[in-house]
Amino acid sequence: MTEGGVDVSIERKGETRAEDGRRGPNTCPSCHSHYRDDELRASLRVCPQCGHHFPMPARERIDSLADPDTFEEEALDVRSSDPLDFFDLRPYPERLAEAELETGLGEAVVIGSALLDSNPCELAVMDFSFMGGSMGSAVGEKFARACESAAERSVPLVSVTASGGARMQEGILSLMQLPKTVCAVEELYDSGGAMFSVMAHPTTAGVLASFASLGDVIVAEPGALLAFTGPRVVQQTTKERLPDDFGLAESNLRFGHIDGIVLRPDLKPFLARLLRLFANDR
Amino acid sequence: MTADDQLLRLRERLSRLKNMSLLGGATLSSDLKRLQKQIEQLEAAPTLTGEQIWHSVELARHEKRPYTLDYVERLIDDWVELHGDRTRADDPAIVAGIGRFNDRTVALIGHQKGRDIKERKYRNFGMAHPEGYRKAMRVMQLAERHRFPVLTLIDTPGAWPGVAAEQHGQGGTLARSHQLMADLTVPVVATIIGEGGSGGASAIGLADRVLMQENAIYSVITPEGCAAILWRDAGQAQKAAAAFKPDAAHCLELGVIDVIVPEPAGGAQNDYDEAAQLLGESIEQELGEIEDESGTALRRQRRAKFRSLGVFAPVL
Repeated sequence: MTEGGVDVSIERKGETRAEDGRRGPNTCPSCHSHYRDDELRASLRVCPQCGHHFPMPARERIDSLADPDTFEEEALDVRSSDPLDFFDLRPYPERLAEAELETGLGEAVVIGSALLDSNPCELAVMDFSFMGGSMGSAVGEKFARACESAAERSVPLVSVTASGGARMQEGILSLMQLPKTVCAVEELYDSGGAMFSVMAHPTTAGVLASFASLGDVIVAEPGALLAFTGPRVVQQTTKERLPDDFGLAESNLRFGHIDGIVLRPDLKPFLARLLRLFANDR
Repeated sequence: MTADDQLLRLRERLSRLKNMSLLGGATLSSDLKRLQKQIEQLEAAPTLTGEQIWHSVELARHEKRPYTLDYVERLIDDWVELHGDRTRADDPAIVAGIGRFNDRTVALIGHQKGRDIKERKYRNFGMAHPEGYRKAMRVMQLAERHRFPVLTLIDTPGAWPGVAAEQHGQGGTLARSHQLMADLTVPVVATIIGEGGSGGASAIGLADRVLMQENAIYSVITPEGCAAILWRDAGQAQKAAAAFKPDAAHCLELGVIDVIVPEPAGGAQNDYDEAAQLLGESIEQELGEIEDESGTALRRQRRAKFRSLGVFAPVL
């Protein structure tokens, strides 16, 4: 990791940083190279100059992992509702509608069956650009259904996370998605199933404190922030001096919380290898 | 969804269960009784205004509110506190131990806050490091081994957000604490006795029965934290609390808790003995209903219950 190179802010949620108004979403925060969207897309959103991993939309992630035309999406009809009539500065349904317009997704996770290098699996892929990848009832439900679908077909579940945590607009019900998704994972494991967890930037709070941390194998993308509490809140609460690599994948690897760091171009072959190894198990 | 809709859903579920009487074993009838009790509690509980919700927040955090060890002193005989996570440290923000509750041995685990400045600091305001959750987990494993029911008392603003806590794996530890509770085959009764804050609360809250004291709160984030993020102003905490509704009545409506535990007039801080007696009666009632069930049935029902939590569209 280059010094100060990786942007670990989770508060900006896809917006341009205030102190760097010139920077667009396709400007590398590490080496400041500019790219057209199609250039970045072609490189799996990894900076060809310095290797910085940009956030990857769920659909592109699925395209990068699933064999062509093998992904069959499930639970498309599971959408968020507004159980608390939640209103902060704007009503929750308005935020949902806006996220849907911006991302073209119905929720912050996409699930479905696929072949990965000819190995059958279930995919659950989160998208940070949909309300910060936050987990509300619909995200929890879709993840639980992915576990059930994997168990039913006796195939491993590949989870790719990118989330700021629980969705506050659903109050306590969003917190309940932690035990809910954990119960779903345990049912999958009891059926003899496997789960591989890929933590992309950022995997934090409620998602880190539930299913994402329970994979049989857990890997992360380089520079990803993997923290229960993000650096800003830790700094504000504790006034502690934060290490430069606070909460990053590299630090998590050093402290023994993940099995490895996998570069995005290597992810599909890596997962294919795991799928082959675990196929013996069935 | 409004309170009326929730009530309607409960009623629908109740009537469906009633029609299924031929299928009904002991499980179904206890489910039925519980739903009936919930409906009665819901009807009795007034819909709180934003101001009243904030009053709950204040009472839940009241500096004289009884804490876990105050209840242990009054409800548990022959208490033996167990210390340490057997790996690294003993975390005073969580207490764990074994003792007799109404003539049966139980394991009890709870967050512990401090009363004066010195003790508050020692207890880290009830905000545990991963070491605390690891201690909780090893005592749950002990309980599983010896078939002791597990009682948990939840009272934390949240898991500690510090550098060491992160380095020692706060997120993964909370995940594994949830996981262990999803696997237990002994009866588990959790009670929110003060602040039920975020993953640090639910990590010891994945129980067969979840109780909540009348003036406790249970929420995904502190009101201040929510206000800081959504209103960009921690001073709007009162508004945030009114919006995310952390009070017991709303938690009951949403199916997140099973029972509201009454408190002495004006709040638990006014009479520790009465508060403990009321809590003890509620726990005994709930534990009594489930303790004869088989372990695998308990675990199956516990998972099914949490699996069903959440409201989304289309409503099934």
